[in-house]
Amino acid sequence: MCRLFAITSDKPLSPMKAIEALDVMREGHDGSGVGIFLRDLGGPFENMKDAPILSGVFSEKGLRRLDTFMMEIGFMTKYKLSIKVPKTPPPWVPKRDIYLVRAYEYPEEWDGLSRKELNERLLIIRLQLREMGEEKKDMIVFSFWPDTIMIKEIGSPMDVANYLKLDRKELEARVIMAQGRQNTNYEINLYACHPFFIQGFSTMTNGENTAFIPIREYLTSRGFHGYMGYQSDSEVFTHILHYISAKLGLGIEAYKHIITPLQNEDLKDHPNAFFLKQLKHSCRRLIIDGPNCIIGCLPNNTLFMAQDRKKLRPGVVGGKQGVFAFSSEICGLDAALPDRDKSKDFQPMHLDTAIVSPERQEVKICRQTDQLPLPL
Amino acid sequence: MSSNRPIAPSTLSVKDLPWQIIWDKDKCTLCGKCTAVCPVNAIELGVFRKRTIETTIGLESTPSNDFKIYYGIRQKTDPAYSCVGCAMCNLVCPNDAIIPAKSDEADKLRYHINQGGQPRRRGGRRSTPDSLLDMIKFIRISMLTDPALDAGRHEFELTTLLGRILSPEENLSFLNENGWIPPVREIYPLMIGGMSFGALSPNMWEGLQLGVSYLNEELSMPVRICTGEGGCPPRLLRSRFLKYVILQIASGYFGWDEIIHDIPDMKEDPCAIEIKYGQGAKPGDGGLLMWYKVNKLIAAIRGVPTGVNLPSPPTHQTQYSIEESVAKMIQSMSMAWGFRVPVYPKISATSTALAVLNNLTRNPYAAGLAIDGEDGGTGAAYNVSMNHMGHPIASNIRDAYLNLVKIGMQNEIPLIAGGGIGKNGNLSANAAALIMLGASCVQIGKYIMQAAAGCLGSETDRCNICNIGLCPKGITSQDPRLYRRLDVDKVAQRVVDVFLSFDTELKKILAPLGRSTSLPIGMSDAIGINDYNAANRLAIKYVV
Repeated sequence: MCRLFAITSDKPLSPMKAIEALDVMREGHDGSGVGIFLRDLGGPFENMKDAPILSGVFSEKGLRRLDTFMMEIGFMTKYKLSIKVPKTPPPWVPKRDIYLVRAYEYPEEWDGLSRKELNERLLIIRLQLREMGEEKKDMIVFSFWPDTIMIKEIGSPMDVANYLKLDRKELEARVIMAQGRQNTNYEINLYACHPFFIQGFSTMTNGENTAFIPIREYLTSRGFHGYMGYQSDSEVFTHILHYISAKLGLGIEAYKHIITPLQNEDLKDHPNAFFLKQLKHSCRRLIIDGPNCIIGCLPNNTLFMAQDRKKLRPGVVGGKQGVFAFSSEICGLDAALPDRDKSKDFQPMHLDTAIVSPERQEVKICRQTDQLPLPL
Repeated sequence: MSSNRPIAPSTLSVKDLPWQIIWDKDKCTLCGKCTAVCPVNAIELGVFRKRTIETTIGLESTPSNDFKIYYGIRQKTDPAYSCVGCAMCNLVCPNDAIIPAKSDEADKLRYHINQGGQPRRRGGRRSTPDSLLDMIKFIRISMLTDPALDAGRHEFELTTLLGRILSPEENLSFLNENGWIPPVREIYPLMIGGMSFGALSPNMWEGLQLGVSYLNEELSMPVRICTGEGGCPPRLLRSRFLKYVILQIASGYFGWDEIIHDIPDMKEDPCAIEIKYGQGAKPGDGGLLMWYKVNKLIAAIRGVPTGVNLPSPPTHQTQYSIEESVAKMIQSMSMAWGFRVPVYPKISATSTALAVLNNLTRNPYAAGLAIDGEDGGTGAAYNVSMNHMGHPIASNIRDAYLNLVKIGMQNEIPLIAGGGIGKNGNLSANAAALIMLGASCVQIGKYIMQAAAGCLGSETDRCNICNIGLCPKGITSQDPRLYRRLDVDKVAQRVVDVFLSFDTELKKILAPLGRSTSLPIGMSDAIGINDYNAANRLAIKYVV
């Protein structure tokens, strides 16, 4: 089972904070991989919030192809983080040429484009790069988005972090998500490694989603090019989140109502019974069947945790004003925030979504039986 | 027959018949129950002459003949009276002295069962016991990474939807703009398919309705039953139980005068309207109620004279195309109930099913598509239609589902699969396999007759005389002397038994697959088959 840790803090933190928490939980993962997602960046990225950052793994040849491709479109490198690695990687970690984190200036011709149009174009470029990389096996692209860095690698999280020297001062963020372990049901593949990302939305999950195939079929048939990949059954959680938010205009409070709708008994007494019944019907193919604990981040840097209907996976939220952490196990939370008020820790159950907004003042608990804020 | 007499081409011996009556003279009490009960008069009281030669020892007296007669059971060999193997004789015999046995080789009767140029007609289903659905295994077992669930204690949401479901985008925008949201019913995924009042006896019909009502009202299982094409008794039309009933309209429009006139008096809307365009057992052929069964009651409900054959036309005469059908019939039926009732067509499985489906996707009133496969049953049809016409359900449903996936409408038009589900008794496994291939719901007919009322029909051609109204169990007969054999309450009880045990078995299948939150429609990764070509055709795993 994957181990998950996420933290949101007023002060930028090193990703090592999350890696250390994963390391405390190492009994629970097999050390076969790590994925890190950083947002609301600090350090040198602090002053370039709008610049799209490309994160990925490249071979020398792939990097040259990338440069040609990006230059042709008109992207200029604004800042790059060079990760030089020792000659010999730690056990299980494959030898790679370049771990790329590079911020770009938008092409001049893109000036004046709406945010929506920019978002579409950034996605298309990421998908094009992914396709190019898959063709020649020379690039793996995780994200291409402003204020977002993703790093993924096979191997034990701590080994990988030390190897990549993730404790470097240029690398810090106010929102960090980290996952230990690859999805091992399929071939080990970095595209199967959580967290997953699409247009500002990111999630990571533990457990297995047994309704994966019908959900994948439903998402891929939405006619949206971003709904692709699916090397892992967990990728659908990110895309469902994107779908309900970007396509249906629903808030995070509705997420649980889509993936695990209320049963009819509970539904009939709900203040939004009619609306939710409709949603349950029309989004029926997006119902997940866990056990899953999902931790995710929204484009406005809100962090959340939700459980599936079965609530068979652990998950806890705790912290204090200014810093809150989400962890798949309490020991992870203890390692990251030992001085919090533990009596206020919260373990979301089968109806709950725990939400920490970017103001980081409190953990808001949204129960499915509560009235839904409907801006509709 | 005397050995020097000419024999007619259709003169058959007992050996030539499909069933031979084995009768034991020693056990027989000559009570006559077997001859009385035999639905086709295949056996009669026989007077047998027997010669015994009395031989003596020595030369004093000569051997003599002793002529005696004894009484017993004689099997008729006239094709019109050949034994159908129902074994009612065995059921009623106090001493187990009689039983029909299946011939050890292919019978010769089949070449002569068209006397007068009339091809064989019968009830039942395709005479082939094999079933592809039985070959499908559930292979994706939850192990460690996602623990298998406890089928007995875990909560399961097993309902499905019947009705046109809007896309999420349309749904939200219609909610905002007060647009028309099509009616959708949450129902149990196992439905009793259309068997008409007329094809079934009043006791059988009432037993099924009673069982379904009990399941709904006492056990909260939203089970639905379709009327078939034969109208609906007015008492039911005006009762609150109508909401558990799907009214079927087919090409004969039998009973619809009554139904339409009753609309103002209906306390509840029916669950749905099924427009039958085809039936899996006899595709391209209309319904058929033979004159034997058209008594006063049936005639009254159907609005026809008594004692006449009631063949429905193969197609709806008012329509010449699917567009016509969709435009006129689905919409006018929807309109009749104020657009509050889902209306969906039922077709025979066919290689042209996708054309129908694609048409329905473009009509916002189409509430689903029921597809009935070649293994479906019928009360009356030509033997040739039953045995040789039709398309298997598995690949037809799979094609239809994948077609919907391709155009992104897999949630919008529910597919209902029928035909051969539980053919060999494996009801829940067959139903689950079809659901995982893409069906939202499955329909059964023959199975419920077998399980709830003891229908004797089989795919090795036992009984299958539903068409002539002589059903020895009283299931498909309109003769009160026959149907009073069937206890209405006990049929209802068996219906409840069947659905409860199905429910447990379905959970026993879903729990190890890790599914409980929703019905696993299209969960094709869970199933496999040990036939390579079938696996490719169905786009599921080949497992050996």
